Amino acid sequence: MTVETKLPYDQDYIRSFSANRNEPDWMQELRIKALELAEGLEMPKPDKTSIKRWNFHDFKHDVSAETIPSLKDLPKEIQVFLDMENLNENLVIQRNQSVAYKSLSSQLEEQGVILTDIQTALEKHSDLVQRYYMKDAVQIDEHKLTALHTALMNGGVFVYVPKNVQIEEPLQAIFWQEDPEAATFNHVIVVAEANSSLTYVENYISKNTDENAVANIVTEVIAHDNANINFGSVDNFSKGTTVYVNRRGVAYRDAKIEWNLGQMNDGNTISDNTTHLIGDNSYAYAKTVSVGRGEQTQNFTAKIVNYGKQSEGLILQHGVMKEAASAIFNGIGKIEHGASKSNAEQESRVLMLSKDSRGDANPILLIDEDDVTAGHAASVGRVDPIQLYYLMSRGISKQEAERLIIHGFLAPVVREIPIEAVRNQLTEVIERKVY
Amino acid sequence: MAGSTLEIKDLHVEIEGQEILKGVNLTIKGGEFHAVMGPNGTGKSTLASAIMGHPKYEVTKGQILLDGEDVLEMEVDERAQAGLFLAMQYPSEISGVTTSDFLRSSVNAHREEGDEISLMKFIKEMDGAMDYLEMDKNMAQRYLNEGFSGGEKKRNEILQLMMIQPAIAILDEIDSGLDIDALKVVSKGINKMRSEEFGCLIITHYQRLLDYITPDHVHIMMQGRVVKSGGPELAQRLEAEGYEWIKEELGIEDETVGQNA
Repeated sequence: MTVETKLPYDQDYIRSFSANRNEPDWMQELRIKALELAEGLEMPKPDKTSIKRWNFHDFKHDVSAETIPSLKDLPKEIQVFLDMENLNENLVIQRNQSVAYKSLSSQLEEQGVILTDIQTALEKHSDLVQRYYMKDAVQIDEHKLTALHTALMNGGVFVYVPKNVQIEEPLQAIFWQEDPEAATFNHVIVVAEANSSLTYVENYISKNTDENAVANIVTEVIAHDNANINFGSVDNFSKGTTVYVNRRGVAYRDAKIEWNLGQMNDGNTISDNTTHLIGDNSYAYAKTVSVGRGEQTQNFTAKIVNYGKQSEGLILQHGVMKEAASAIFNGIGKIEHGASKSNAEQESRVLMLSKDSRGDANPILLIDEDDVTAGHAASVGRVDPIQLYYLMSRGISKQEAERLIIHGFLAPVVREIPIEAVRNQLTEVIERKVY
Repeated sequence: MAGSTLEIKDLHVEIEGQEILKGVNLTIKGGEFHAVMGPNGTGKSTLASAIMGHPKYEVTKGQILLDGEDVLEMEVDERAQAGLFLAMQYPSEISGVTTSDFLRSSVNAHREEGDEISLMKFIKEMDGAMDYLEMDKNMAQRYLNEGFSGGEKKRNEILQLMMIQPAIAILDEIDSGLDIDALKVVSKGINKMRSEEFGCLIITHYQRLLDYITPDHVHIMMQGRVVKSGGPELAQRLEAEGYEWIKEELGIEDETVGQNA
C-alpha cells in the first residue's frame, strides 16, 4: 500500500499561487520543477516508525489572515510568547500564512540585518534568497516531502546578518496557525555571514484538536566562517497537525551552531535535525527535549556529520513519554574520512512515565577516520526510585518530587532559551503536558 | 516544650531476602545525641535507611514509633513531615534541579499550604546557614549534588538539616570522606542544632567525629543488633582499644552480617 498523496494541487494552481504572491520567476519555476519531482519520489522512511497512515494530504493550503494593529491586540495565547513589558523590537508574527506583525530595530536595519517574512524577502532580496534556498542545506529531491515542501511553500522567515555584525538581542518569530486546518509549509532561512553572530527563537503554535492539518517545515541555517548562531525553538502544534520538520545546519570554518529545540507537538511528528560541520574547527551542539502523550507517534533524528578537521559535534536528546505515546530517538554522529582530530559525542535519554508508553534511544556512530574521539550514552527507563526517595526524605511529596526530576531532566534546553517569556512558556507547556 | 521521641523496637530488616537487622532496640529523645558505632558491615546504615523508608529495605518484624505514631505506616515524605531527617551517606545527584530550589521545596514541605516561606526570608536563612558551614554561595545555584565533591555533598546534607530543623535527625556516616577541616565545619553545624527539641542519631565507625560532637549515649552494633550501650567513655575506650575486646567479651567471632551490609 502506498501513501495517499494525490493532492488537489496541480501546475496551474501552483502558477497562480506563485503569481498572486508576486514571486520571482525562479521561484515559480522551482515550484513547478518540485511538483513534477514529487510525483516520482518516495516518502521518507524514518527508522522504526511507520508513517503510512499519517495524514499528509488533508489541509488547507492557502489561508490568509489580517494583520494586527498592535501587539496588544494579539490574543492572550500568543501574547504569552512576548515580554509585553519590554517589547522585542526584532519580531515577525505570522498568522496562518500572512504576516500579522513585523518589526526590526532601526539600528539593526542600518547594519544591514534582514528579518522579514519569506514573501517579502523574495520580493526585496530575491538574489540573496535564491543563493540559499534549497541549495547548501536541504535538497529538493531528498524525498516526496521535501519536494512537496518546495512546491507548496506558503510561509516562513528570512534572517540575514552581514559580515562582522554581532547581534546581542534575540530575533524572534512566532508562527501562529490560527485557522485549525491551515497548512504550515514554512521555509525558514537563517544566514550568518563571516564573523557575525545572532540568536534566533521561533515558536509554532496551533489549537486544532479535531481538525486535520499538516506542517511541512524546512529550515536552513548557514553559519559562514567564524559565525555564531544560537537557534532556539518551541514547537507546539496541536493533536490534529501532522508535522514534518527538517532543521538543517551548515557550519563553515570556525563557525558554531547551537540548537535548542523544545519539541512539544501533540500530533504525529517526524523531526530531522542535521548539521554538517564542513569547515575545520567548526562546532555544533544539538540539544532537544520532548514530551510525548496521548496516542502520538514521533520520530526524532539528531545527526551531526563531521567533515572539517578538529570539528566537534555534540548531541543531547531527552524525552519524556507518557500515556500511550511512542517515540524513536535517533542520535547519529558521523565522522567523514579526513576529519582528523574531530569529536562526536551524544547522549540520549528517555524517561517513561506509564507502562503503555514506548521510547527507543537509537545511538549510532559512523566513523571513517582513525584520529578522532567519539562516545555515546543512552538510557531508557523510569524515574529513578532512589532519586525519588532522596527528595521525599525531605518531605517533598511523590508527585512534586517527580515533577522536579522531570523539569530537571528537560532543563538542558529550557535554560538555554534566551527569551524569558518563551522560556516560561516552554516550562508551562511541559507542566501541562506532563500533568 | 520537650522534644520528640523515636522508639525502635525489635527491628528486623531484610534486603533482597537477606536479614540484616536482627532485633534492634533504641530510644532517642529530644535533647539527646546518640552515637551508633561499629565496624563495617554490621547493619548501621541499614538501620538509618530503614527508619527513613528506603525502597530496597523491608521491615519484617518490629516497630518504629515517633511520639507513639507508627512510622512504618508512613510514606517517606510523611516520615519527613512528621519530624524525621536522614543525612545520607550517598546523596542522589539530581540534574536540572538547583540546590536552592530543592531546599525551598523542602522547607515549604514542612509548612502548611498558604504559609510558604517568603523568598527573601528563605534566601536570608540559606545565606546564613551557608556562611556558617563555610560553603561557596554559588553552590545554591548548582544542580543538586551534581559534580559536588564528597565534602560538598556532606556539607549540603548539613545545610538541609539546618534549614529543615527536624525533631529527630539520623546522620549516616556524615564524617566519611571528610578532611579534618571539613569535619570541624560539619560538626559545628550539627552542634548548633543542639537543643531540648532536637534528638540525633549519629552513625559512624570512626571515633574521631566524636572528638567534635560529644554523644550522650554510645551504642555498639554487631551482627545486626545493638550489643553494647554506654556513655561517652565507651567511645573513648573504642578509640584506645578497638573493637576486639567487645568481641571477646561477647564471644563474637565474625561481627558482620549479610554480605553487603
